[in-house]
Amino acid sequence: MIEIRNLSKAFTLHTQGGTVLPVMERASLSVQPGECVGLIGASGSGKSTLMRMIWGNYLAQDGDIRVAGLDLARATPRQIIALRRGTLGYVSQFLRVVPRVPTLQVVAEPLLTLGISPDVAEARAAALLGRLNIPQRLWSLSPTTFSGGEQQRVNIARGFVHPCPVLLLDEPTASLDATNRAVVLDLILQAKAAGAAILGIFHDEGARATVCDRTVDVTQFTPKAA
Amino acid sequence: MTLISTIAADRPLLHVDNLTKSYGGRVGCADVGFDLWPGEVLGIVGESGSGKSTLLSCLAGHMAPDQGTVVFETASGPRDVLSLSEPERRRLARTDWAYVHQNPRDGLRMGVSAGGNVGERLMAVGARHYGQIREKASDWLGRVEIDTGRIDDRPSAFSGGMQQRLQIARNLVTGPRLVFMDEPTGGLDVSVQARLLDLLRGLVRQMGLSVIIVTHDLAVVRLLADRLMVMKSGRVVEQGLTDQVLDDPQHAYTQLLVSSVLQV
Ligand SMILES: Nc1ncnc2c1ncn2[C@@H]1O[C@H](COP(=O)(O)OP(=O)(O)OP(=O)(O)O)[C@@H](O)[C@H]1O
Ligand SMILES: Nc1ncnc2c1ncn2[C@@H]1O[C@H](COP(=O)(O)OP(=O)(O)OP(=O)(O)O)[C@@H](O)[C@H]1O
Ligand SMILES: [Mg+2]
Ligand SMILES: [Mg+2]
Repeated sequence: MIEIRNLSKAFTLHTQGGTVLPVMERASLSVQPGECVGLIGASGSGKSTLMRMIWGNYLAQDGDIRVAGLDLARATPRQIIALRRGTLGYVSQFLRVVPRVPTLQVVAEPLLTLGISPDVAEARAAALLGRLNIPQRLWSLSPTTFSGGEQQRVNIARGFVHPCPVLLLDEPTASLDATNRAVVLDLILQAKAAGAAILGIFHDEGARATVCDRTVDVTQFTPKAA
Repeated sequence: MTLISTIAADRPLLHVDNLTKSYGGRVGCADVGFDLWPGEVLGIVGESGSGKSTLLSCLAGHMAPDQGTVVFETASGPRDVLSLSEPERRRLARTDWAYVHQNPRDGLRMGVSAGGNVGERLMAVGARHYGQIREKASDWLGRVEIDTGRIDDRPSAFSGGMQQRLQIARNLVTGPRLVFMDEPTGGLDVSVQARLLDLLRGLVRQMGLSVIIVTHDLAVVRLLADRLMVMKSGRVVEQGLTDQVLDDPQHAYTQLLVSSVLQV
């Protein structure tokens, strides 16, 4: 479901004298349906960068990225928008929402976008928020004032509310307590069992051991300092 | 997979090519081209004087460009907007389009009540039943958070932010297919702005509304726009997926723009 071949990336910093920062060279990896692959490597080695190139908010310089058959490096914005609607899911590290929109709506939105009726969408959102231990009294409030861990769980609920066949997870368990961490790992295992291809970044080794079938060390793709 | 079917079937709602407009020797906008698809929100950002309002005016046929094409997919097929007769353009502007002006005074009738401003658009598309018109006007005032008790007040008695919200209600009440917005949230406080963003997102989702929104607020485009176009000195210097342009800007000017704000 995810196929990456010889992917390279450099940032050109025009505001800093045009400095060119190579951050990735000839990265290759693939993720099959029902498989969870963990990206590992030191801080700054390029794990999030690789994930963002698959999501499409970082441009690839060179190489191929295929997600569910779409050639992302050459796809139009419209094709990527369509891919993100229902096929490719991404749980980023931080929640970004329109202020004042209630949490229940924030979580239900991906389903509404797919044309699912509000009743069904809200029921699914509610079930997931409950499972992630977000107290019901918070559902009608905007998540903007929530704690870090609560926001992260809202973000996860939003990412899992529709069963995307391809999922990208950037440190989904980072600020969670043991109970909620276990819930999230369970959600991941469940998505895997349902056939999702999952690429994840987990700093916590226990989490990796629980959900990942294998790991890929991105340090091997980090350009050697010139 | 559904992906393929959503991409293959239809045509763009708006097709723009090589649009150019100058004011005497001064560039308004130059060589602008893009496609806008049904249900898509396109953001336009750029410094003051970069040609955003000029572009929007040309697209909506308020102003005649020197060159270029603008093709709009009407209910009965594609039409070249620039060759429409004035009555045809006005009809389109009433039914399929909405235009939210940078200055609310340009988009409102200042001598008519708030309810009348909203109702007038409904009547222009054939609504006749007074009670229903008033009811709908009142509903829309509520949606943009104007106290319905003020339905009979004139916009001249409203604050700038209220006028802007009234202009938005007046424009959206008839369910247009394409909305042009020039800095619609400029004079609004953050809380009302958020409410409007939510309202717009809902309309885009439920009615398949397409929007072209000019704004200087990168947080607004991040939350609202699918695609982003960056303008400088009348030209488009960069365009792409909104989060790609904001997170991995390629052009020096976009990098400067993005790095000048704290966090989007
Ligand atoms: N938008 C950007 N512009 C410039 N440089 C960037 C950008 N994004 C990432 N980088 C650089 O790319 C390199 C890889 O960063 P990345 O965030 O992918 O690391 P990471 O492996 O996810 O690290 P961490 O474990 O700390 O999250 C870093 O040197 C970073 O500074
Ligand atoms: N009616 C006019 N006559 C002459 N020059 C004009 C006219 N309208 C705009 N211009 C010029 O065209 C250029 C683009 O102006 P425009 O109003 O489109 O910019 P803008 O991007 O909307 O700016 P702002 O963000 O300040 O609203 C500017 O140099 C402006 O001075
Ligand atoms: Mg990272
Ligand atoms: Mg302007």
